[in-house]
Parts: sequence; structure tokens; C-alpha cells
Amino acid sequence: MTHIPVVQNILNANDIIAEVNRNKLESAHVFGLNIMASPGAGKTSLIEHTIRGLSGVRVGIINGDTAGYDGDALRAQNAGATAVHINTGGNCHLEAHMIQDALVYLDLPALDLVIIENVGNLVCPAGWKLGTHHNVLVASIPEGADKPYKYPSMYHGVDVLVINKIDLLPYIPFDMDYFKKGVMALNPKVTVFEVSCQTGQGLDAWYDWVRGKIYR
Amino acid sequence: MHELPITQTILDIALNHAHGAVITDIRLTIGDLTSFVDDSIQFYWDIISEGTGAVGAKLHFKRIPARAKCEACGREYTIKEEGLLCPHCGSHRVAITAGKEFFVDSIEIQEQTP
Repeated sequence: MTHIPVVQNILNANDIIAEVNRNKLESAHVFGLNIMASPGAGKTSLIEHTIRGLSGVRVGIINGDTAGYDGDALRAQNAGATAVHINTGGNCHLEAHMIQDALVYLDLPALDLVIIENVGNLVCPAGWKLGTHHNVLVASIPEGADKPYKYPSMYHGVDVLVINKIDLLPYIPFDMDYFKKGVMALNPKVTVFEVSCQTGQGLDAWYDWVRGKIYR
Repeated sequence: MHELPITQTILDIALNHAHGAVITDIRLTIGDLTSFVDDSIQFYWDIISEGTGAVGAKLHFKRIPARAKCEACGREYTIKEEGLLCPHCGSHRVAITAGKEFFVDSIEIQEQTP
């Protein structure tokens, strides 16, 4: 029996393609966001608002879904973006090679911002780099304040947290202090926005942040 | 579901390091903060290793518990057993110190007769 030390990161293959995607975005001066959340948290609503709120910014959207439904891509198109739909064929998250294939359909030099809408899932998407500049998690009030404690890898693996549906705070028991303590424990450097896509509250601060990241 | 491409990558890494030798054991290190499940990897392994130099190789899973160090009181603890916030002083000012590992640690191959 011969022992062979390996010590090779299993996600390395994905990370290499993510780096290729990143270089492709950067060489076209495009800023990239990877939006993740559980189903129903408001990813598509936030993206629709962002497209409309960032007037003058040219936006491309890549939508990932487990089934063939392309309604989210249509919503993005109606809001004024160029959109590509990825059917993951049941896969629970997007991977870098899927984005590599999708980027071919976007005219990157004609864009300022690419937003990737990941598959609705609070478990695995954070483990897979896509090549975007920032990972954004959309949390929402009806999900409950215990989510950082139950899904630590997602809350640990993002750069930005958008807390959506804050207009529901008067109607739903939600311990914001407990929620934020969990977030801070997992991710002390995360940038947090509190918004409502229903009333528009807090969205301007989010738009300003995105606008500040765009190259031109 | 996502363990299928992962298991394929594990197989590729192992075959790449075996240089054609028969692989008997593969040692994996998996942190509890990753979303990879031993049983799922094993399930796909039994299927996709078929017909390769790694068929029948035993997978050894070394799980690394997610741990944190409290920046307020300095003590370390295990998140799964003791919770996310510091179990000693209740602080949320903590740093994750382990649990994100995910790699092929080593393989064992059969001696090749000269």
C-alpha cells in the first residue's frame, strides 16, 4: 500500500471557471452581483426594482431556476434589462460553468451591471463561486429571525445582506436583535440594507451602494 | 443532488494522483459549514467509480466541526453543540475558526509490481 498526499480543494475546478468569468466581466468593465435567497424572499422583486431604480445603468440578468419556467427572465426584461434564463435541470444552485455558458448570450461591452439570480435555496448556493464581485443574500421578515442560526453557511458566505419585507414588521413577530446577533456572529463585515420592495422603503440606499460599485 | 458533480471531481482528483494504479482508499476532509453529505457522496461514488481504477475504493470521511472563537472572552467552542453565539458570555462578536474545509486529503494505492 502506498500513501499519496493530495490536499486538493474539491471545489477548485469551479473556482477556476469562476475566475475566468470574473476576468470576462472585468475586461468589459461590468460589475457582477450574485443574488441568493430562499424561495419567496423577494429576489426577483429586488432585481426588478434595481433595474428600474438605477436609471441610465445598463443591466444584464441571468436567472437560474430548477424548472423550465422563464417568468423571472420576462419580469427582468419588462423592467428594462437584457435577460438570459438558465434551467438547471433540477440542480439546486448555479455553478460557474453555467454562468460561463450564459455570459455568451450577453453583450457585455454594452452593459454596466450583471445580476445573477441564483436558485431559491438557503443551503448550497454560497459554496459555489460564480465569478461575480459580490454575493448578496436577500432575507425576508416572514422567514423568521432564526435563519442565520439554521443556515450558517449562507449567512457566513455573503458580502451583502438585504433584509426585505420590513413593512411586515408590525404584523409578524420578528426579533431583529436576535436575527442581527446571529448575522454578526457569522459575518461581522457584512453590509446590511433594510428594505421593502412593496413600499420602496430603504431601496434608495441599496441603489446608491450598487451605483457606487459600477465602473463608470 | 449537488454531490454528483462533486463526486465526479473527487474521482478525477484521485485518478489524477494514482497515475494508473489501483486506488484502495480515499481520505476526504469535510467541514460542517459546507453543505456536503457523506451518504450522498458515497451513493454517487458507488455508481460513478464503476469501471475506473478507483472502483471499490473505500471513502474515509473526516468531518471537521464548525468552531468559533469569542472575541469578547477569548474562549473557543463548537457551534453545533453549543450554539452560534458564545456559550460562555453570550457575545455575538465571534470569529469562525473551522468548518469550511472541503478537500481530498490523500489516497492509498496498491503497490505496483515492477
